[in-house]
Amino acid sequence: MDTILQDQSNKVITAENLTKKFGNFTAVDSITFEVEHGEIFGFLGANGAGKTTAMRMLCGLSFPSAGKGTVAGYDIEKQSELVKKSIGYMSQKFALYEDLKVWENIRLYAGIYDVPENEINPRTDELLKRLGFENEKDTLVKSLPLGWKQKLAFSVAIFHEPKVVFLDEPTGGVDPATRRQFWELIYQAADRGITVFVTTHYMDEAEYCDRVSIMVDGRIEALDSPKNLKKQYNARNMDEVFQQLARKATRIDS
Amino acid sequence: MKPILLIENWKLGIKKNTFLSFVRKEFRHIFRDTWTMVILLLLPVLMLILFGYAITTEVKNSKIAIFDPSKDVATEAIIRKLAASQYFSVVKMLNSQTEIDETFKKGGINLIVVFNENFNENMMHTGTAQVQLIADGSDPNSAKTIVGYASNIIAAYQQEIFKINNIPYQINPEVKLLYNPQLKGAYNFVPGVMGMILMLICAMMTSISIAREKEMGTMEILLVSPMKPIYIILSKAAPYFVLSLVNLTTILVLSVFMLGVPIAGSFVSLIVLSLVYIFVSLALGLLISSIVNSQLVALLISGMVLMLPVIMLSGLMFPIENMPVFFQWISQIIPAKWYIIGVKNIMIKGLGFSSIINELLVLGAMAVVLIGVSLKKFKIRLE
Repeated sequence: MDTILQDQSNKVITAENLTKKFGNFTAVDSITFEVEHGEIFGFLGANGAGKTTAMRMLCGLSFPSAGKGTVAGYDIEKQSELVKKSIGYMSQKFALYEDLKVWENIRLYAGIYDVPENEINPRTDELLKRLGFENEKDTLVKSLPLGWKQKLAFSVAIFHEPKVVFLDEPTGGVDPATRRQFWELIYQAADRGITVFVTTHYMDEAEYCDRVSIMVDGRIEALDSPKNLKKQYNARNMDEVFQQLARKATRIDS
Repeated sequence: MKPILLIENWKLGIKKNTFLSFVRKEFRHIFRDTWTMVILLLLPVLMLILFGYAITTEVKNSKIAIFDPSKDVATEAIIRKLAASQYFSVVKMLNSQTEIDETFKKGGINLIVVFNENFNENMMHTGTAQVQLIADGSDPNSAKTIVGYASNIIAAYQQEIFKINNIPYQINPEVKLLYNPQLKGAYNFVPGVMGMILMLICAMMTSISIAREKEMGTMEILLVSPMKPIYIILSKAAPYFVLSLVNLTTILVLSVFMLGVPIAGSFVSLIVLSLVYIFVSLALGLLISSIVNSQLVALLISGMVLMLPVIMLSGLMFPIENMPVFFQWISQIIPAKWYIIGVKNIMIKGLGFSSIINELLVLGAMAVVLIGVSLKKFKIRLE
């Protein structure tokens, strides 16, 4: 399946002047960036800055009004079905089925993403072991604590070993200790060669990313490693960087 | 069921595993939710029993009062017959005309039978006699039924003495109704309840289950997945399709063995008609779910837009011929109306396939239009 394009370059996500308009409102205004293989790419922005819309275009949930983009080497507009097969997705709403057991959820997503039948069981056992969930295989998801659910949701999102996983504010409402555990899972995934594209508004999490882009009013205002950004904006931490950029925002949005 | 799915699989290039794992999930949702199970399995039975028996028990043991100034052989024979009937119990004998009004005002009496003076004498000499049946008209349906029963009993007496004396005596009950009450209740309601239950199961449950996915955020996950939207829809509809077949069977078994409503006509035609109706209902459910985003709204819309018209305008409760023209007009676009007519033709009247061609065509056209519209409306993309 690997195209020549992918072999030559290491770019897993590319966006070129990607734009999305709703009527007169430009939600995403001509953004351009690239994400490399195995990278953890932080996609930051205040609420309403357009990051969810941008992410949806990359996932094939929404067509761009203008501009181009590729994910895993496929055109997001013309080859959205192929894009969908190569990505994993975890949304800010917790998205496993609460009334299904842990193994039933895993089994369902394995079926949806067409994981080969003979690999489902060994991979399930491995996943449960990695999470320390061996005893929860038959537990209904609704009786798990939120932190556990989120770890499970992430593991399910990468169960089919996608090239890229999109995480839309994956750690909302979780305490810092659990967040750190969650990020360990992200690092493990990145080590296995899965590119991670994550939106967040926790600035401590931004520090964990290899590179970070900050969106303000539909545009990318800054894009670099956290270290370089702090140097450039003469800031002690990412929060200060973000505050300086977000101050420019004119959109009032909830 | 199986062949249909296989054809779909082939057409859409869908992997069987994916489809099955999704259908399995859908069944688990249904089996794990107590209320869903109650609605799916008990509601049809309850409704059928309620509608089937409510009507008959209401009319059984109606309380009647009698004013009989003649007190002769003929009136006493008729009173005995009335009292012996399972439909009536004679609770009061009135002594004067004025008591009639009082008795009704006090309540508790459904019917008063008033004989004329010199009943038997009149009958013997002039050949005719008068009896008045006065029913409480505040509940017109049961009043009609009761009056019908009483008239039948009086007519039966008339037949008897005709046989004995061979003289055509006339007893004229003042209320005349061309009504055959004994069987009407259950016969009328079984097709209606079928139309209602299938609509409820298919439309309401399907729309709620899709709305739930939107509400929980799992729909987003499904839309990002390589699963095609039509495929999500099909696998959503499949379990409810199966369940409505179960319900159809339950209703038919109950109505034949419990309510004694026979399937007089072709069984195959009945099933074909029901399948088409189920498709219409599923399509309506899908259409609703493509419009709404929450379970509550889905419930309200299916309740208001589907159930009410089915109950009020399909002919289930009120005869369509008695409706104002405007409502008669609206009733034309209610699928249940056509289904109920078809079911009556086959089950009750015992007519064959040719009698329901019209209904099949209308329902078929509705199914095609609705499925088309809902597929078009189903949002492939969230925006």
